[in-house]
Amino acid sequence: MIELQAVGKAFGATQAVDGVSLTIERGEFVVLIGPSGSGKSTLLKMINRLVEHDRGKILFLGAEIRSFRPEDIRRRMGYAIQSTGLFPHWSVARNIATVPELLGWPAPRIAARVDELLTLLGLEPQAYRGRYPHQLSGGQQQRVGVARALAADPEALLMDEPFGALDPITRQTLQDELAHIHRASGKTIVLVTHDIDEALRLATRIVLLDRGRIVQAGTPAQLLAQPATDFVSDFIGRTDLGLRLLGLQTVAERVRAGGLAEGTAIAATLSLRDALSLFVERHVDQLPVVDAQGRAVGALHFADLLGPQR
Amino acid sequence: MRLPPRLSLRDPLPWALAALMLLVLGLPSSKPLFAALFPALDRPLYEQDSFVALLWAHAGIVLLSSAAAGVIGIAAGVFVTRAVGREFRPLVETLVAIGQTVPPVAVLAIAVPLIGFGAWPALIALALYGLLPIVRATVAGLESVPQAALEAADGAGMTAMQRLWRIELPLALPVLLAGVRTSVIINIGTATIASTVGAKSLGSPIIVGLSGFNTAYVIQGALVVGLLAIATDLLFARAGSRLEHWKRA
Repeated sequence: MIELQAVGKAFGATQAVDGVSLTIERGEFVVLIGPSGSGKSTLLKMINRLVEHDRGKILFLGAEIRSFRPEDIRRRMGYAIQSTGLFPHWSVARNIATVPELLGWPAPRIAARVDELLTLLGLEPQAYRGRYPHQLSGGQQQRVGVARALAADPEALLMDEPFGALDPITRQTLQDELAHIHRASGKTIVLVTHDIDEALRLATRIVLLDRGRIVQAGTPAQLLAQPATDFVSDFIGRTDLGLRLLGLQTVAERVRAGGLAEGTAIAATLSLRDALSLFVERHVDQLPVVDAQGRAVGALHFADLLGPQR
Repeated sequence: MRLPPRLSLRDPLPWALAALMLLVLGLPSSKPLFAALFPALDRPLYEQDSFVALLWAHAGIVLLSSAAAGVIGIAAGVFVTRAVGREFRPLVETLVAIGQTVPPVAVLAIAVPLIGFGAWPALIALALYGLLPIVRATVAGLESVPQAALEAADGAGMTAMQRLWRIELPLALPVLLAGVRTSVIINIGTATIASTVGAKSLGSPIIVGLSGFNTAYVIQGALVVGLLAIATDLLFARAGSRLEHWKRA
């Protein structure tokens, strides 16, 4: 869907992005991650031409992005940023309607879409439609920001550290919702972050950048299990590596059928990392497991956390 | 929705407007008062023109010159904050600063030999003099627009014009209006000099009074000008408070 071929961008003497090649398939959730100054934001902004690349080629649906008018390509890709950039003088509804309005949708269609998105992001339309951004909490503002990016049903979604300014709890809730939106809609998402846990939680593919170049690209499990260089291991964090590996797997993958364990049941969709925490907290070595419908499916044994030998 | 207390007695605007009207309509019958205050004067009341006519003429001069200053000033402020005009910003700022440094009287002295007596040289001098606060406020207002809102507008695919009209100008408007307000208030006072080059204004009684040692004339003209400035200032305050309705929502 989006193809970068040896793309480069220099700001004065500094090479912000240096010969990056990357193909993003339809439906992928690609997370660009790296330390400050790694060029991840610049790379993202080159995709919708907020920053013009000066070397290489960028293709969108097979066509050079320079063959589109910048406005057209931006209206076809949702864009969400860290500080939300909500327009303070516009109501929530009008903010969300930004791109549909630019595309000239009829008013009833816009109104219906606004309500649909507010509902999708857990904001009661009746209550929030008419509010102004300054009347919302940070988390609510970011929900509106995401709704605005999704408004015109874009073919791809570009997000520049969208949850960076939120408190950890709100951030995790929004990450879960974004993951849900990705699964439900199958949209192509490119997200920039410097938070490795966010990358591991959301990405189908992580692209780790350093000084404008790709250091390693792969699934979260690949990055954790086979770091290409010391830089990758350092960035992921050597001490928490085991926990992060557990974080990628769910209880469902290790549950033993049958057997009755004591205590409150845990969901099969819980991550093994959270399950480990519960083992320690409850001081047990077995936890009863239920599926999404609340039916008992078996038990998780502490010894099974390690899984089969690699 | 809360209605503004339109007819509150504490609202100074109706009082100022009423005082202005009373003064202008009442001055013709105030002859005994000024005669008592200035017994040495033969003619204690300015009667060459009616104060209503002077007020109209004065308001007309202020409106025309401020409108010109507003259009030119805002256009210049917008231009120097665009990518194409950024280089011209120091030049434009210097030019408008000169426009305010040179006293309007000096502009009149230059303009009159070139275009003759009457309202035109006064309008030009006043418009030039009023540019600076408007250009400064336009630039300051546009620069106060949050960077994130601009990035979001670009990212949403707005054209430069759409961004300017939908996002930048509405968000810059409160600061911009404050500049126009300053400019207009200064203009109301300065417009009195129009009378030195033969245009009728509230400056006429002042100029005549000053040159003829008639303090009563000066006071009469100055009172009306002062009240006009106060009433106009209150009008701007009212308009400004309506602008940011979204902040109070």
